[in-house]
Amino acid sequence: MPFKRYVEIGRVALVNYGKDYGRLVVIVDVVDQNRALVDAPDVVRGQMNFKRLSLTDIKIDIPRLPKKKTLIAAMEAADVKNKWENSSWGRKLIVQKRRAALNDFDRFKVMLARIKRGGAIQQELAKLKKQNAS
Amino acid sequence: MRSSVQPPALHGEGRERGKRKKRRRFLGLPDFAMVAFRFHQYQVVGRALPSPTDEHPRIYRMKLWTTNEVRAKSKFWYFLRKLKKVKKSNGQVLAINEIFERKPTKIKNYGIWLRYQSRTGYHNMYKEFRDTALNGAVEHMYNEMASRHRVRYHCIQIIKTATIPAKLCKRESTKQFHNSKIKFPLVFKKVRPPSRKLKTTYKASRPNLFM
Repeated sequence: MPFKRYVEIGRVALVNYGKDYGRLVVIVDVVDQNRALVDAPDVVRGQMNFKRLSLTDIKIDIPRLPKKKTLIAAMEAADVKNKWENSSWGRKLIVQKRRAALNDFDRFKVMLARIKRGGAIQQELAKLKKQNAS
Repeated sequence: MRSSVQPPALHGEGRERGKRKKRRRFLGLPDFAMVAFRFHQYQVVGRALPSPTDEHPRIYRMKLWTTNEVRAKSKFWYFLRKLKKVKKSNGQVLAINEIFERKPTKIKNYGIWLRYQSRTGYHNMYKEFRDTALNGAVEHMYNEMASRHRVRYHCIQIIKTATIPAKLCKRESTKQFHNSKIKFPLVFKKVRPPSRKLKTTYKASRPNLFM
């Protein structure tokens, strides 16, 4: 299997460890074999180890070491935020966050909803079984 | 004596200067960056104490890399003793300032000239590092010397450091990153829990190492 996600200038990556966990950043330059210079719209540019980054499929078109304005414009043009939130990876993360932020009453509501959904599925299943049997 | 071959471009300076400089430039370091540098760069300015024979002794300045100021002053006297006839007991430190990185968001190629003591004698060495800050490069150098040559901190003397423009870099390992269209895959994905608290000894399934 050839590689599809490369470390390159403009690659969007997710921080998977450390203080900025969960943040989307753009690789703006490569320091050396282990580190990249990384930038995001609301953060000062800095270096990060590749071990802390998970590369995504999204790549934007930027020159090497763009100014903050250029970076933000390029991210808007490539619509990184929407692409991320609509991707299955992004959606999963949003769901995880949502679940982690539930309070007890929310969890109660979720339980009721699951029972209800389960009941509906069982009804349909029973109907189909009866059809098959007959 | 130290070789006095000067690379053309740079901010690095020799170890002695007759003038006294006191410039304080503090820059807030970005959150991402390794704010916790192990080695700090200090500028120590000192001279012998004035005496009847010498009313205005020559002032010397050194740039050093140590973990703290106290060690910087100590190192200053160590080097100055070896170069001039002055000791801490008959000298004074006039100023000690920490030097911070001017542009911590810019990647630079650092060349470091060092003298180190191996098991069999002293050797000079030139190493190149790519980093955003000189303190980072120095830390990298100490780590690399320890790992590749088993040389510890106290056996290394930094002769000179300089920012090298890309054209003049000598080492292939730094030159391979001088590519504006750099692109490479990450071959091996290390699976890590997002925080050390979530680390477990046993896992239910084997990890998938493909990026």
